Amino acid sequence: MLADIFINPFIEMFAYPDFLMQVLWEGLVSGILYALIALGFVLIFRSSRIFNFAQGIMVVFAALTLVGLHAFGIPAWISVILTLGVMFGLAVTIERVVLRPLVGQPDIILFMATIGITLFLIGFGETIFGGENKVMITSELGIPTGDTVLEPFGGLLILQHLDITVVVVATLLVGGLIAFLNYTSMGRAIRALGDDHQAALSVGISLQTIWVLVWFIAGIIALVTGIAWGARAGVSFALEVIAYKALPVLMLGGLESITGAIVGGLMIGMLEKLFEIYWGQPLLGGNTETWFAFVLALVVLLFRPQGLFGEKIIERV
Amino acid sequence: MKDTEGYVTADGRQIGGTLMEMKNITLRFGGVVAIKDISFDVHEGEIRAIIGPNGAGKSSMLNVISGFYTPSEGEVWYQGAKRPQMKPYEVARMGVARTFQNIALFEGMTVLDNVMTGRLTHMNASVLSQAIWWGRAREEEIENREKVERVIDFLEIQHIRKTPVGRLPYGLKKRVELARALAAEPSLLLLDEPMAGMNVEEKEDMSRFILDVNDEFGTTICLIEHDMGVVMDLSDRVVVMDYGKKIGDGTPDEVRNDQAVIDAYLGVAHD
Ligand SMILES: Nc1ncnc2c1ncn2[C@@H]1O[C@H](COP(=O)(O)OP(=O)(O)O)[C@@H](O)[C@H]1O
Ligand SMILES: [Mg+2]
Repeated sequence: MLADIFINPFIEMFAYPDFLMQVLWEGLVSGILYALIALGFVLIFRSSRIFNFAQGIMVVFAALTLVGLHAFGIPAWISVILTLGVMFGLAVTIERVVLRPLVGQPDIILFMATIGITLFLIGFGETIFGGENKVMITSELGIPTGDTVLEPFGGLLILQHLDITVVVVATLLVGGLIAFLNYTSMGRAIRALGDDHQAALSVGISLQTIWVLVWFIAGIIALVTGIAWGARAGVSFALEVIAYKALPVLMLGGLESITGAIVGGLMIGMLEKLFEIYWGQPLLGGNTETWFAFVLALVVLLFRPQGLFGEKIIERV
Repeated sequence: MKDTEGYVTADGRQIGGTLMEMKNITLRFGGVVAIKDISFDVHEGEIRAIIGPNGAGKSSMLNVISGFYTPSEGEVWYQGAKRPQMKPYEVARMGVARTFQNIALFEGMTVLDNVMTGRLTHMNASVLSQAIWWGRAREEEIENREKVERVIDFLEIQHIRKTPVGRLPYGLKKRVELARALAAEPSLLLLDEPMAGMNVEEKEDMSRFILDVNDEFGTTICLIEHDMGVVMDLSDRVVVMDYGKKIGDGTPDEVRNDQAVIDAYLGVAHD
């Protein structure tokens, strides 16, 4: 039993390094999507102290809108652009109708308001698009569906082209976001607002503009993850769960750390896959991916209360 | 008093016409009256001080000017027009920059990035072009960067350009905050106790920088101080506040010899 936990999995990893690479690759693919979603949470939280419960339903809504528009006979890429327009409209509406009137309310009220947004989008989405499952327009978007087989260490490594595309696009998006945040004045304004509200106001930063911007970024992220996840799992309201996979990432990386979101996302993606294959399936009958990340986050927080990247918390009494 | 044509200072500098006029400002917080019916003006190019013991209402006045507080009564006139009620960011975009009594910097960002945020009011390229980072946005960024480097040189903080602000000692933080405000090329610079908490040497440095800014760029400065001594050599005209009321207004010499002012300061222990 102890050997099954502490020795055998590692022997297996060394014995079949190609399979280990396969596991890590698949973990990386999910991990980068977790990172992306976590980034959406972090940007909104930093600039408004709001924990955006609606991130998950935004993924569903974006994917449904894309598929729905295409079903009207609109070409795939035009549908993508129109969907981005819809997500921008959503950001403007949320800022105007929900956030602005609630400015100054306790954070928990704003959190509950995002639950309200979630419920609204569920109802609204079902009314417009219907509740049945749909198929993501993967090939229409020109996303390749084949695979490439590599033979590292004389073994076998299968890379789905869809997964490669996801990794490339998500990496570009994360890289683009980081460049945007670091090297443009708008990005600097987003970071500034997250750092000190008063100071941000004094240099002419408008809360409203930044809020629309970060919710729009969250919308773009929702669309990309919606396409990537929808291409494997189909487009349904169940897509929402991808957002909840980002929660342990936030527990680990912190709600305010951009680095934390990225590193935490990749870490959790790979570790949960490793655990599932080498420990979960042989010892626990599988299905550990649904909860492993939360347990991991809990354990890390037990030893590092400040999370992976937070400054050490100094209790103020 | 209402000399909109400007005046000549004791040391021979020509001061311009009225830049801002506060008319009968009253500010209440529930039952507390922080400012009681105060009027004063600020002229182009002058260094105008507001002094008074702690709790006199000076910071409140600065917050009214910068739009952080909405006055209960009274009007703010700026560049010859009555200013409607504005949000702080709107006031900032009119060219009013400020520092805070308790320093409000972006602690997690570098000195350079902090000072760069001072240029936000001058950035016009749309969000979209910034997202793509082309053309105008790129040009603007370079142009702003040059201006910021000049401010950094001017305030002698080149050596900490890349340091995260959170790691700096207090005195340097104050200087970075001044740099950020200055980077906006403000038409009015508001400084809330720029020398508070500094040692003698740092105070002298800060005084010199304030004078240099005014001299070099002709920036109009309105500064607050609770310690009477520090500002007397610095300012052209002084408003004295006590318990929310204006008890004196004039040149440093006039104010120094005013009985009401002397009484207010003798009656209060201040550090
Ligand atoms: N936001 C606020 N809410 C309630 N009272 C305030 C607020 N700001 C200032 N005050 C009160 O107004 C008075 C003047 O404070 P302040 O303007 O900070 O004085 P000073 O800067 O001259 O030391 C004090 O009594 C203070 O408690
Ligand atoms: Mg004060």
